[in-house]
Amino acid sequence: MTETGLSTLWVYLSASPLLGLIITLLAYILSYHLYEAANRNPLLNPVALAMLILMALLFVTDTPYSTYFEGAQFVHFLLGPATVALAVPLYQQFSKLRALWPVILASILTGVFVATLSAVGIAWLLGGTPETLLSLAPKSVTTPVAMGISETIGGLPSLTAVMVVVTGILGAVFGTRIFDAMGIERDDVRGLAMGVAAHGIGTARAFQVSHQMGAFSGLAMALSAMATALLLPWLLGMLGLVS
Amino acid sequence: MDFLVGITVLLCYQLIGEVLVLLSGIPVPGPVVGMVLLLLTLLARGKSAESLDGASTSLLSHLSLLFVPAGVGAMLHFQRIGSEWLPISVALVVSTLLTLVITALVMRSLLSLRARGGSASD
Repeated sequence: MTETGLSTLWVYLSASPLLGLIITLLAYILSYHLYEAANRNPLLNPVALAMLILMALLFVTDTPYSTYFEGAQFVHFLLGPATVALAVPLYQQFSKLRALWPVILASILTGVFVATLSAVGIAWLLGGTPETLLSLAPKSVTTPVAMGISETIGGLPSLTAVMVVVTGILGAVFGTRIFDAMGIERDDVRGLAMGVAAHGIGTARAFQVSHQMGAFSGLAMALSAMATALLLPWLLGMLGLVS
Repeated sequence: MDFLVGITVLLCYQLIGEVLVLLSGIPVPGPVVGMVLLLLTLLARGKSAESLDGASTSLLSHLSLLFVPAGVGAMLHFQRIGSEWLPISVALVVSTLLTLVITALVMRSLLSLRARGGSASD
C-alpha cells in the first residue's frame, strides 16, 4: 500500500467510532490475560492496566479523548443497565439482607460519611481547589451515579469519573489484603465494606472471591449510591461548600 | 433470544428510572431508581426469570471493563492532577483505606453486639 493510501486509511479509521471501541476491548482483554497470567495479583488490576495502555496509545497517535470516546461510549453506556442489573444479586440475597437490615444500614451510612468527609477534608487541608474538592466528594460511588452527583453539586463530572476509577482500583488492590490483616473473615462484612469504599470495581473483585462477597458488595454499592445521592448535597451545604 | 429479552428488561427499567427522575426532580440518578424498581418488581413477583438472570450475570461479570472509558478521561485533567497531585492522591488513598477499615469494623462490632443481644434474650 502506498503512503497516501495508508494515511487515507488512518484518516478514515481514526474518525470512525469502530477504532475507539475495538482498542478499548483489546486493551481490556490483554490486561485481563496479564492479570490472569500473574495469578490475579491485585497489583495488576485490569482496569488500571487497560487505562494506561489506552492513554499511552492515544498520546502516541495524538488522538484527542473526544475522538476516542466516540467509540468508547458504547462500552461506557452499559454502566446504566449494569447498575439496574444489580437488582438481581440483591434479590437473590434478600433474605440475608432482611435479617441484617439494621446492621447493614448503619454500616453503609457510616461508610458513606467516612468516604465523603475524609476525602473532602484531607484534600481541603492539603490545599485542594474548590472544584477538586467537589469532584472528589462522590468518589466512592459508582461512575454514572458519581458523575450525576458531581454535576449537581458543581464539580467536574469527567474529573469525578477519574477519581471514582482510581478509588475503585485502590479498593480492589488493597481491600482483601487489609481485611486479612485485620482478621476479618466474614464474606458479608468484607463485601459490604468493599462495595461502600470501592463501588463497581471493588464489586468486580469481590465476585472473584465469592458469590456472597460479590452480592454484599453489590448491595452496598447500590445502597451507598442512593444514600450519597440523597445526603451529599445536604452535607456539603452544611459545610458551606455548596449554596 | 433469552439474552435479548433480559437486556431489554434492564434497559426498560433504566428508561423508567430516568423518566421518573426527570419528572420528579429527585436528585438520584435514573439507573439507581431503575434498580430499586426492578428489585421491587422481583420481590412482588417472588421469582426472577432465567433471561434476566443471564443478562445480569453477563453484564456484571464484565463490570470492570465498563469503567475503562471514563478512566481514560484522566488525560483531560493532566494539568489539574499535576498541580494538585498531593491533595488528590493523599485524599484518594487515605480516604479509601479509612472507608474500608471503618466500615468493616463498624459492621463487625454491630454483628457481634447483635449476636450477644440475641443470646442474652434467649
